[in-house]
Amino acid sequence: MSEYSEPTSQPGGAPPAPLWEVFVRARRGLAHTHVGSLHAADAELALHNARDLYTRRQEGVSIWVLPAAAITASSPDEKDAFFDPAADKVYRHPTFYEVPEGAAHL
Amino acid sequence: MYGNDFPADDTSSGLLGEVEAAETALREAAERGRHGAAGADPAAYFAEVIAADQKVEPRDWMPEAYRATLIRQIAQHAHSEIIGMQPEGNWITRAPSLKRKAILLAKVQDEAGHGLYLYAAAETLGVSRDELVDLLLAGRQKYSSIFNYPTLSWADMGTIGWLVDGAAIVNQVPLCRCSYGPYARAMIRICKEESFHQRQGYELLHTLAHGTPAQREMAQDSVNRWWYPSLAMFGPPDTDSTHSAQSMAWKIKRFSNDELRQRFVDMCVGQAEVLGLTLPDPALCWNDERGGYDFTQPDYAELMRVIKGAGPCNRQRMEHRRRAHREGAWVRAAAAAYAAKQASKKEQASKKEKVA
Repeated sequence: MSEYSEPTSQPGGAPPAPLWEVFVRARRGLAHTHVGSLHAADAELALHNARDLYTRRQEGVSIWVLPAAAITASSPDEKDAFFDPAADKVYRHPTFYEVPEGAAHL
Repeated sequence: MYGNDFPADDTSSGLLGEVEAAETALREAAERGRHGAAGADPAAYFAEVIAADQKVEPRDWMPEAYRATLIRQIAQHAHSEIIGMQPEGNWITRAPSLKRKAILLAKVQDEAGHGLYLYAAAETLGVSRDELVDLLLAGRQKYSSIFNYPTLSWADMGTIGWLVDGAAIVNQVPLCRCSYGPYARAMIRICKEESFHQRQGYELLHTLAHGTPAQREMAQDSVNRWWYPSLAMFGPPDTDSTHSAQSMAWKIKRFSNDELRQRFVDMCVGQAEVLGLTLPDPALCWNDERGGYDFTQPDYAELMRVIKGAGPCNRQRMEHRRRAHREGAWVRAAAAAYAAKQASKKEQASKKEKVA
């Protein structure tokens, strides 16, 4: 869930444990889905914490954790410019095309 | 959505049905999509998103006051979950059977989990969990007043599930439709789990209410003590509520304190009848005109006193939390030291490899 910023260390205290994003595969055949985030000192602990936090009720058969700092995200400020190239290419959708009457299996 | 497989009949009605509906609405709103630029006039774009019942996401522009309100509310909510582990933790070692003990452990573990989901949601707004924990420990952020009441008997484990978690659910189900995406998603998850809490409490209390006369008396005494503090959980009456109007406009809050309190009372009356227990309010009576129960308001002066720190257990709760935080310091330090050691070992190994 944390997509904003890495927390800064507090004055006088230990630096906070890094933030990890958690992805869970609910069942075989489904993709891993982002379910939230957590703090942990290392990957192994992150995986254990993720199990305890996000799969207490058999919500998953597989978990990925990855350091939030390792994610490169597109910026919402340039959202429109960034995704613009796709906006005027309706011909990429099958619905753009008229199918002549009688043509089957299209 | 998060893989919770509840039986189908659970989703057709009641509070879980409302959570399900909120989840569907969230997905539908997302599918409606939004085009148009946030760039030129972010404030107008923000207003449009709110008006269209869509979600504001972490990196979107938002008014500073919206951000501050959310941080305050989510943090307070997270702290409540963490402090809320104490009244029930009090009874884990004294649970009357292994089954009840396992249930109580699972419930208290859930509360910790809820606190963590909420801290994570708050962190998306640009604060760190450590900062929020410090504010709690310094007494500069609040938690729900209800957790400053003592759990004097085993029956309190039932009453907390039924009334306290019940009131929390009534409060929280509308938050599943909150305009801030990470908060709404956390609430959907939490509400689904809270439903187990409420039902286990109700079942526990039902068992006691139908047990020996002493058990029955213990159950009734517990309900007598928790009823008004539970009503007070909805906050001051609408006429005195300071945060409500703006939060409603921003769709952080969907119903007023008094509306939610009324909904809670209307739910509880029938449930108390099934339990065979009495709600300690002689003025409780159906009002045909209003289509709801008339009831005695909780003592709001007491609520204010408890919030300000003069409740029966405020000091104990805070002392316990501070001690637990302090005594856990070595665990956090050890985990960090181990991680650092492993990382440096790995680095050296990869250097060696490069040399070789």
